[in-house]
Amino acid sequence: MSTQVTFRIWRGEKGAGQLRDYTTEISSGMVVLDAVHRIQATQANDLACRWNCKAGKCGSCSAEVNGKPRLMCMTRMSDLPADKPITIEPLRAFPHLRDLVTDVSWNYDVKKKIRKYQPRKPDNPDGTWSMEQDDIDRVQEFRKCIECYLCQDVCHVLREHGLHPDFIGPRFLVYSAALEMHPADTADRLPDLKNDLGIGYCNITKCCTKVCPESIAITDNAIIPLKERVVDRYYDPIKRIFRAITGSGGD
Amino acid sequence: MAEFQTLTHDVLVVGAGGAGLRAAIEASAAGVKVGLVSKSLLGKAHTVMAEGGVAAALANVDDRDGWRVHFADTMRGGQYMNHPRMAELHAREAPDRVRELEAWGAVFDRTKDGRILQRNFGGHKYPRLAHVGDRTGLEMIRTLQDHGIHLGIDVHMEHTIVGLLKDGGRIAGAFAYDRERGRFKVFHAKAVVLATGGIGRAYRITSNSWEYTGDGHSLAYHAGASLKDMEFVQFHPTGMVWPPSVRGILVTEGVRGEGGVLRNKDGKRFMFEDIPENYRPQTADNEEEGWRYTQGDKNARRPPELLTRDHVARCIMREVRQGRGSPHGGVYLDIAWIKERLPRGEEHIKRKLPSMYHQFKQLAGIDITKEPMEVGPTTHYMMGGVNVDPDTQMSDVPGLFAAGECAAGLHGANRLGGNSLSDLIVFGKRAGEHAAKFAVANAAPRIDNSQVEALARRALEPFERDTSENPYQIQHELQDQMQDLAGIVRRREEMEQALDVIENLKRRAARATVKGNREFNPGWHTALDLENLLTVSEAITRAALERKESRGAHFRDDFPEKNAEEGKVNIIIRKTAGGAMSVSREPVPPMSGELKQIIEEMK
Repeated sequence: MSTQVTFRIWRGEKGAGQLRDYTTEISSGMVVLDAVHRIQATQANDLACRWNCKAGKCGSCSAEVNGKPRLMCMTRMSDLPADKPITIEPLRAFPHLRDLVTDVSWNYDVKKKIRKYQPRKPDNPDGTWSMEQDDIDRVQEFRKCIECYLCQDVCHVLREHGLHPDFIGPRFLVYSAALEMHPADTADRLPDLKNDLGIGYCNITKCCTKVCPESIAITDNAIIPLKERVVDRYYDPIKRIFRAITGSGGD
Repeated sequence: MAEFQTLTHDVLVVGAGGAGLRAAIEASAAGVKVGLVSKSLLGKAHTVMAEGGVAAALANVDDRDGWRVHFADTMRGGQYMNHPRMAELHAREAPDRVRELEAWGAVFDRTKDGRILQRNFGGHKYPRLAHVGDRTGLEMIRTLQDHGIHLGIDVHMEHTIVGLLKDGGRIAGAFAYDRERGRFKVFHAKAVVLATGGIGRAYRITSNSWEYTGDGHSLAYHAGASLKDMEFVQFHPTGMVWPPSVRGILVTEGVRGEGGVLRNKDGKRFMFEDIPENYRPQTADNEEEGWRYTQGDKNARRPPELLTRDHVARCIMREVRQGRGSPHGGVYLDIAWIKERLPRGEEHIKRKLPSMYHQFKQLAGIDITKEPMEVGPTTHYMMGGVNVDPDTQMSDVPGLFAAGECAAGLHGANRLGGNSLSDLIVFGKRAGEHAAKFAVANAAPRIDNSQVEALARRALEPFERDTSENPYQIQHELQDQMQDLAGIVRRREEMEQALDVIENLKRRAARATVKGNREFNPGWHTALDLENLLTVSEAITRAALERKESRGAHFRDDFPEKNAEEGKVNIIIRKTAGGAMSVSREPVPPMSGELKQIIEEMK
């Protein structure tokens, strides 16, 4: 059971380039990454794309397939219309390098800006902490993130407005939330989130949640609770008065 | 000579999976200047694929556990081919390394009293694997990555080492290209730690990513270090078999740890029929007892599905060959059946095995809470590797260290599930610590420009040839041939044929050509990786020819039994002065009196 399918793949360097057509054979169960590999091995040895695990666990093969941000390794050909060409383009929210590869180094720089995990003193003599499963379920949801950056790609604050210097994007709000909601963590990231990390830019359109391959409820479970914490601290009128009197809890 | 960018570090770590990151963290903590070279982006290394857990005798779930039991389990699983000192250090130190991960932010699943939860796994006597659902490797790499980025380590992402540089006998650094621009870089380093992982891409059916081309094995070999145990390639019993494009992708042993059972096409649990003598006392002989074991009954023995991987893989092969397999050439792995036993079984499966649920749902259209999976063996792990000192992880080239999958010794003839993640952190730490000590104790080596120029010339040759060999084609042919001729079941004639094939492919690799330019050109990278793949393929085949018995992961049709004499030696691979590959035998390192006694007690 095999059919010929045409792929329109973005070829070029540093933003310049065009979609080029490749036709290859598709067999049962194939994913988009298989087709890209087949084209690479037989027709375009130098076709640049990233991939590693081919099982949706490493988040390397992110691309825009028929205009939608997806992991190529988890996109089955049978889920795409076979009667018209399938377009594959690089993520558009980051600087283009070559073909399907973009420069995602900004994400690595952003992560360094977020205060690291600072646990309280261990609860037990062997240096461990006592934590209930119920109290870490939420944090574990956030830690499922495979850093594919699809959420960054689709976030209009980054993609359309290019506010990369001012806003860390959904991925790193999830990362911040995992640290803030960790039962043993003691660091305070709310001043940073409000001031330098730009949480206010997010207007909860939930585009990020829709594209997350790990089904993390990014907006509802991470971003909104963080926004609430920021609002509680800085914009609650009673607390503001209290702070003005006592001089505590400023940013 | 051509000008190349030069970077100087005290310790250069090659590879940024669990072992490389842990080594870099440790070396950095010792106060030396550390560079970390990563073939992919940081955080994408193969460690993310590890699912089941990290083995450490924390004794949180069963207080009868301890390092002695873990040591004995590891040696038994490795068929006593392991370096006993490495198995000892590993069992003793793994608990501290796991607790350290928690201190750095890892969030393991919890017991009811709030401690790190541990699960059952093949070959481990007690529940021993600290885990996070079935994505433990991701948790580990993210924890190490997020801790490491604040330590001032120079990370060189998407760089590949083409060759190691030497100053006389000792290591002097490494020669690399960066993928983005295709530029060459010279790394000066007093010590180099290899943490490059495995060799799975030498085979057609594998759970390994494109990076797993035996780089560290090959770099060390060509730099004069010896390799050990290269015949011991682990074929994980449960890889996906359908659809064809996902063939080989791992199905975690955790499925069996949670109560999943193996059945043939007749619905029979065939593992009960073949329980090896030395595992009989600790294996359940009926389904009821096996089930109780998976549910935490301390008086029950483990089901035969949780026997060691080498054995389970061979039993699956037997069922398939004798016509009792599933439609696509595997057998059935059924976790859905536990719904008969657990009130909210469906939710339980989704909670304990979320990645497996999604993997099958998305890639195969199978709901594992409702129907069985089809599974079969897949090339998974290399027990063999760089022959290192058990305490320092230094190879026989001064200044060259190795840790994790690319080092040999801990696992012997067969690795137990869960022992690789613990291997990474125990010996990654040791390698980093001792590489830093070596760097402090030794003066800077001298870089020999002629070595650099020779490597640069060789690396560029694929662009200059007027031949037309497609590097991908050569790689695919090698994978096919290794799968068929030096795979799970081996025999002399086929392996000799494999050596001929490898020689032929070496000649063709010397004619491999690359189109396009140097910027992010995967065709070029594939051409450069060929030498490593061919080197490790030859080493595997020569070592496998030399071992005339069946033991652990190494199974020979022409020598189907264990042989006590062969069991006393490790097979060593070296590059001779003339450039040929030599095979020799060395006695398995002796065990201390204390360790011998532990083995006796735990029999």
